[in-house]
Amino acid sequence: MGHLIPPSIMPYVLPVLYAVVIVAVLPLLAGYIVLMERKVMADMQARLGPMRVGPHGLLQPIADAVKLLLKEDIIPDKADRLMFWFAPLVSVTMALLAYSALAIGPAFQIADLNIGLLFILAVSSLGIYGIVLGGWASNSHYSLLGALRSAAQLVSYETAAGLGLISVLLLAGSLSMKDIVQAQSDQGVWFGFSVPFGFFIYLVGSIAETNRAPFDLPEAESELVAGYMTEYSGFRWSLYFLAEYANMIIVAGIATTLFLGGWLRPGARYHEHIPGTGIEWLDALPALLTLGVALYSLSLAPKQPVKIQKIVMVLVALLCLGIAGVLAGALIAPPAVMQGIHGAFWFMAKVFAYIYAFLWIRFTFPRYRFDQLMRLGWRFLIPLALVNVIGVGVAIVLRQQFAWGPIVSLIPTTLGTLGVAMLLAKDDAPTSAAHLLDGE
Amino acid sequence: MGSRKFGNRERAVAPQDGRERMSNKHTIRTISGMDSVNATVLGADEIILNMGPQHPSTHGVLRVKLKLDGERVAGSECIIGYLHRGVEKIAEHRSYQQFAPYVDRMDYVAAVSNGLGYCEAVEKLLGTEAPPRARVVRTILTELQRIASHLLWLGTHALDIGALTPVFYCFREREEILKIFEKYCGARLTTHAFRIGGLQYETYDGFEEDTKRFCNDFAHKIDEYETLLTENRIWVGRTKGVGILNAADAIALGVTGPVLRASGVQWDLRKAQPYAAYDQYEFDIPTRESGDTYDRYVVRMEEMRQSRRICLQAVENIPAGPIMARIGKVLKPPPGEVYHSIEAPKGELGYYIVSDGTTQPYRVRVRPPSFINLQAFDKMAKGSLIADVVAIIGTIDIVLGEVDR
Repeated sequence: MGHLIPPSIMPYVLPVLYAVVIVAVLPLLAGYIVLMERKVMADMQARLGPMRVGPHGLLQPIADAVKLLLKEDIIPDKADRLMFWFAPLVSVTMALLAYSALAIGPAFQIADLNIGLLFILAVSSLGIYGIVLGGWASNSHYSLLGALRSAAQLVSYETAAGLGLISVLLLAGSLSMKDIVQAQSDQGVWFGFSVPFGFFIYLVGSIAETNRAPFDLPEAESELVAGYMTEYSGFRWSLYFLAEYANMIIVAGIATTLFLGGWLRPGARYHEHIPGTGIEWLDALPALLTLGVALYSLSLAPKQPVKIQKIVMVLVALLCLGIAGVLAGALIAPPAVMQGIHGAFWFMAKVFAYIYAFLWIRFTFPRYRFDQLMRLGWRFLIPLALVNVIGVGVAIVLRQQFAWGPIVSLIPTTLGTLGVAMLLAKDDAPTSAAHLLDGE
Repeated sequence: MGSRKFGNRERAVAPQDGRERMSNKHTIRTISGMDSVNATVLGADEIILNMGPQHPSTHGVLRVKLKLDGERVAGSECIIGYLHRGVEKIAEHRSYQQFAPYVDRMDYVAAVSNGLGYCEAVEKLLGTEAPPRARVVRTILTELQRIASHLLWLGTHALDIGALTPVFYCFREREEILKIFEKYCGARLTTHAFRIGGLQYETYDGFEEDTKRFCNDFAHKIDEYETLLTENRIWVGRTKGVGILNAADAIALGVTGPVLRASGVQWDLRKAQPYAAYDQYEFDIPTRESGDTYDRYVVRMEEMRQSRRICLQAVENIPAGPIMARIGKVLKPPPGEVYHSIEAPKGELGYYIVSDGTTQPYRVRVRPPSFINLQAFDKMAKGSLIADVVAIIGTIDIVLGEVDR
């Protein structure tokens, strides 16, 4: 193939291909995350969830997408038409742009920027313009209040989440997504374990940034109907929706890369000279897991009530079988190919585990009130994040001065931060809004 | 002069010369707690937000007009009547028995309680009483209905505050109660379970077992809900100190039911003026002191436990005997008037019936608890945030069918 493409274009071929794949696959992925969300919710709420469209609701996302695309495009009379049209585009563009620096496995990355993390954070924060402009342009009180809440919330929690990430950057010494994963491999421990408080702060911050419950105030259904999306419908609404789920994958991807070892397999052989850390049989796990899913789907197929559902179920089984085949084939392929394919598998597995945690939290907790949200951000998370960053700095000095190991050096930091966290949590501020009125 | 342009958005600006000004040409009606000038004219930072009548958490077609300063509620006004069906007027054109099914449509999540209040009021007017067996069965069904009503309240209240899951657990248990109703009288929601003078149907085979099984299972289920909510930091934060109503205000506003008891007033008609068979059973009246949303939550949770206790006691010993008093087919109460009230799940439900000696009541006036409890909304909501408004609407536990009638 190389001789067909001029050498001057060659370096751009693969990134463009990846970009096309991401833009094509992401809406589908977002749709299926919605299905996963509904299924997880149903499971936690003692019911079944979608069951009608396709076997076990497997075609529900496609039906939803078709419905949204065919809906009438409504722009409210008194809306600012240009902004109303423009705002969802901002949100969705910025969400998609952030994928350019995300490393899904060692091979699958559009651009390995040396400022990768900074780029992702910068671009995904721009998405807030879409929300604020959309809320403003709708010319509705609910939308406006939702947009204002969103702006305030994002500014507060971006700070805390950013400080949580800095603790990792200090340890990794790089902003490049690849180098950060490499650093975790070199140090022999995922940063989520060495700086658990950095991970915790980022977890909370990322839920707030993506406007998910219990921080879903900008779109709090029971208060603001749908917040900034109140006046949107049909395709424009689905763009916002896509942006929200794309952002969820982005924050999960950042957390995976920085705290959960990126594409590294659990128990991977970090150092060739330390025997026993590598659990090599885990390499077979992805293939076996998908094979198991395939067999399970196959066993479910005869139980489906309608013929078309049986066929879809068999197709699902075949798809899983195909993936299992690819994963198994990768085992005997050259190491670079194998790492690329298995890396992508482990990365996505961790991303979905992180999103599952999001869902779990969402269906367990009530929603914060706005002043409580702000207090949690500014009085608890940001001081804690600062202490954590200082602690990590101290740990690095300990490591350099006394040659402490990468895990041992961080134990005092973690314990110290835990103490501060308990101290901050004890400060039980008044919960009523009364203090807000006294000019606070 | 009166408005400044912000983009294409017009907003009212406070007048400098004290003259009344209107925003967007139409008058904004008086918001309670404001003097007339402040009510019709908005400050530069204030907006009017119409919550409802179509809104996810106004529990029906309640419309709340909020005057907002940012997120803070500066004033509020409840606008009702979107579900007015003229129930009281209908009563004047129906015989006493014909009107009985209509009362189920007022508080439609506690239809059995409505029926009990009406039937007992007419019985009082007739100077008769239901036989002991009927009274005990009525008590059991009414207490089950109280649990069902409180479960619905708990689920929707938690949903308003953002906890998505409890509502499904609550409905799961409520379903069991509705099944008992369905087996007893064939209907689940608007049951028309009782008749004037007693019951139409004998209890079905297995009624006692069903009730016992439900009550025994339910003890763990309440604990389950409490695990999710009672000590949850966010739940406590969202409900403690929110919508405080002190005892004096509560009494002055005529508030009854769990809302009153959470303010520290031990007033429950089941104890104060026992009706049906309540004088035979042991139960406590839970009260709390501070009168905030959290206390009302705790009181209702405890009330469900007490209702369960009453059911268990009653079902153990249902007396034998007739289920219908001898009142004849055509009811012609002597001229006169009567007021009878019961402790419905939401508070005091009273019926004031005037008879002119014919087969149709001259006037039926209903004292619905939701309608009167809703008066306290403005007092509770003032100075709180928008998020508290939905918590407060939820905690009053209104049913618009009953508010508007």
